[in-house]
Formats: sequence, C-alpha cells, structure tokens
Amino acid sequence: MARSRTDTQSAQATLSQEDHPVVIFEHVELAFDEKVVLKDISFSLLSGRTKIILGASGSGKSTILKIITGLLRADAGSITVNGQRVDRLTEQEMMAVRADLGMIFQEGALFDSLTVRENVGYKLYEELRMPIPEADARVKEVLGFVSLGEYLDRMPSELSGGQRRRVAIARAMAFKPKILLYDEATTGLDPITATTVDDEICKLRDLEEVSSIVVTHQLRDAFYVAENMAVRDPSGNVNIVRATKDKEREAEFIMLRDGLIVFEGDAEALRKSTDPYLQTFLS
Amino acid sequence: MASLVENWAKNVAQEMQAYSRMVGAAMRAVVTPPRYSHDIVEQFDAIGVASMTVVLLTGFFTGAVLALQTGNTLDRFGARPVVGQLVSASMIKELGPVLTGLMLTGRVGSGIAAELGSMMVTDQINALRALGTDPIRKLVVPRMLAGIFMTPILTVISDFVGVVGGWMVARFQLQVASGVYWSSIIRGIYMQDVWMGLIKPFALGFIIVSVACHVGLRTTGGTQGVGKATTNAVVAGSVAVIAVDFVITRLLFWLMY
Repeated sequence: MARSRTDTQSAQATLSQEDHPVVIFEHVELAFDEKVVLKDISFSLLSGRTKIILGASGSGKSTILKIITGLLRADAGSITVNGQRVDRLTEQEMMAVRADLGMIFQEGALFDSLTVRENVGYKLYEELRMPIPEADARVKEVLGFVSLGEYLDRMPSELSGGQRRRVAIARAMAFKPKILLYDEATTGLDPITATTVDDEICKLRDLEEVSSIVVTHQLRDAFYVAENMAVRDPSGNVNIVRATKDKEREAEFIMLRDGLIVFEGDAEALRKSTDPYLQTFLS
Repeated sequence: MASLVENWAKNVAQEMQAYSRMVGAAMRAVVTPPRYSHDIVEQFDAIGVASMTVVLLTGFFTGAVLALQTGNTLDRFGARPVVGQLVSASMIKELGPVLTGLMLTGRVGSGIAAELGSMMVTDQINALRALGTDPIRKLVVPRMLAGIFMTPILTVISDFVGVVGGWMVARFQLQVASGVYWSSIIRGIYMQDVWMGLIKPFALGFIIVSVACHVGLRTTGGTQGVGKATTNAVVAGSVAVIAVDFVITRLLFWLMY
C-alpha cells in the first residue's frame, strides 16, 4: 500500500514536469534460456517526441516494445510508463497502463474475423463500451485520418499490405492513446506506401501530440520520420514539410546491436558517426 | 537417456502447470466481470448447433450398426427381442457420450486449436492484450462454456437418433416388432444409466475445449506450428476423452451402483 502511494506521488511529480519522460527504461535485461536478448538497456522517451530504434533483425528492437506494453516481462531493470513502474504489475494491473498505449504490430495483426470498422472500433465497442453512434463516429474520424474512410465494411483479407498497416494505425489511435509504439510499421511495403505510413506517424506526432517509439530497420523511413514534420495550413489542410532544425533534434535514434545500445543521438549525429558498424548499417 | 527422460518430465510438468493456470484463470473469469456475452452466444452456435449434422449422422449409424451386429449374436440365445435394450444401454451409457466426444474433438477441438494457433502466430492474441482484452475471458471462457453445456445436449440427441437407427434395423432387417423393441428399452434402462449418460458429457465437453484452447494458445512456429497444434489438439483431446470416460465411469459405478 505504501509502495503504491509512493509510486502515485512520483508519477504525479514526473508528469508535472514540462517535457516529462513518458517511457523510462533503466538497466533492463532479458534473456530466453541461454540467449541474451537485451543487455543493460537504458533510455527515456519525452512527451510528444519520437524515439527511433534501429537495428538488424534479432537485435531486440521489437522486444523493447513488448516489454513496454507488458506483453513480455524483463528479467532485470525498471520500466516506467506514464510515471508508473510497470515491470512489477500483474497482467490485470497492466490493463490500466495499456489504456494510454497503442501498438502497431508487424503485419498489422488485424483480427481477421472482424471488418475494418470492427477492428478499428474494437476497444471502443468491446472494452470502453462506448455508445454505438459515438464509437462509429470516432471510427469514421480515424479512418478518414488514414485516408481509408470508404473501407469500413471490408474484411482485412480484402486489403493490401499498406492498407492493413494504416488500419492498424487507425485501430491503435482510435482510443486516443498518448503513446504509440510502431513495430516495423513499414517493413515489406513499397516506398510510396511506406511514405504514406510515415506521413501518418508524423501527423500523429505533430498534430495529435502523440509520443512515439518507431522500431524499424528501414533507414529511409527512419530518417523520413525524423526529418519531416506535419503542419496544418490556415485552410485546415495537412502538409508534410521538411522539419526545422529544432524539430529534427527532437527525434532521437537508438541503434541496437546484439541487445546492446551502440548509439544514441539525433539524425545528424547518426549520419556523422564514424563507428564502423554504424557506417556499415547506414551504407 | 537420463537427460531425455528429465527433459520429457520437465516438459510434461510445464504443460500441466500452464494448463492448470489457464483453467484456473478461466474459472475465475466465469464468475467475475467483464464478460463477453455475444461471444458466448456465438460459440454456443458454432460449437453446438453447427456440430448437429455430424452428431446426428454418427449417432444414427452407430445405433443401426449396433443393432445389426448384435442381432445375429442375440439370435443364438433366442434373445433377439432384447436388441432394443442392448442398443439403448450401449448408446446412453457409453457410445453416445464417447462418440459425440470424439466427433467434437475432431470438429470443434481442431477448429479451436487452429483458430487460436493462427491468432497466436499472427500476433492477434498480443494485439488483444495490447488493446486491454484478456484473451482468456474473450476467447477461452465462451468456448469452454459452450463445450460444457452443448456437449450434453448433443449427446442426448445422439443417443436418441442412435436408438431410432437401432429401431429401423430391428424393425426392417431383424423383423422385431416395434412394440417389442421400445418396451425392451423401457424395461431395461435404469435411472442410474441415464444419469451416467448425462453426467459424462459435461466433463468431456470441458476436457475437449480446454485441451484445444491450451494447445492453441501455446502455438509457436508459424503455419507449421498451427498444423502441429491442430494435430496435437485432436490427438490429446481424443486420448483425454477416452481416459476421462474411463475415470468417470469408474467413479459413477462406485457412487451410484
């Protein structure tokens, strides 16, 4: 009881700071049997910012997202989400934390027995028990945001890969979470479709003030998200433009190699790095 | 060799532990909110109503072949008129529950394992959890309730059509009068037999669905893993049906007869 009071107080103190960290990893470690997946991982994500996690396949990128959402449990270290220590929570307690977390899975992970409308509105209909007209309106709004308003009654099997990812983004943002986690949201997509998905990431970050962690091994998409921003012109249209220097510095990169962080910094620092591994990765 | 046995024992212990935890979580979820009532209704339809055809056909032909096979044997003792008693006792006490259980393992168990297995390997189960849904409440509880309550209903139907199948063979093949057939059933069936035939399917329905859900939710390894999970669910479910049937029969004999 005393511990939970302390946690709440520290959570409030953390959240009252400007640019407060919404996700904090401290010395997190994870191994599956003999295979070490994460070694002493520490970083923090500030509110409204983007953290881009790069790394080769199997370097532990997706594992970080699963630990944040409580889908996996770390062996050691502490994880704080929205000011609340989550690594000690039970699955039931974790449900409350997930109310403010949206995750976009690799390949979308859409429920294939449900229509696009039911997928996007899943949490509104099933968990939040929102009145149907209100939930329908929100579903249409978010599907319009990802330009898929006319696909309401399609089944996931009738959508292209890019459309599925965009529906997954719509599903994750439908309940207005303040943190979005993108797990290889553009992998396997053609460059044009990938750019559409990248634009959605920028729009959510810059117009909806959603903090995001983008896991990818696609450099083109990583730099696109870091070096562009979404702005709304006076007539209400949304445009994707080159980010200002200050805005660009707000997107931070993390490079993982065999479960270890080997680089942390902004896009410019990453480009200028002389580390041979980073050079190979960037080339 | 020793390490092989050790590994096997460790795996069995882990599976049993995971199974018990899943069943425990499902039991708690049945009595606490939230409940997904429309999923429960959907599963009663998918597991119960949709299995009707296979259960009707299996029951009918089992009763018919039972009458056909035993008719000739009974003839040797001049006992052809009691063929109805033999068919009904066999169907109600044993063949109805077990064959319905085996049919449901093939139709329902495999379907559940494949569906949940596919959801596992495509991250849909993780997506459910990330959206704040407990997969046990959403996926396991509705299937388990449907299995527990629809299996007895299907068994009663199977028993009835089995007895009708036996009557058709007795009447038209063995030339036993209808009145003789039905009266031998009424004379030969005791209340304990009926209870035995009604109690067993509750346990069998539970075991079929819980094993299939457990296997489905432990699926790994992509589409190949889904195939393996489906096979495992049918094999483990079928063996469990026969084994649980034996245990319950022994227990009920001890309690009721």
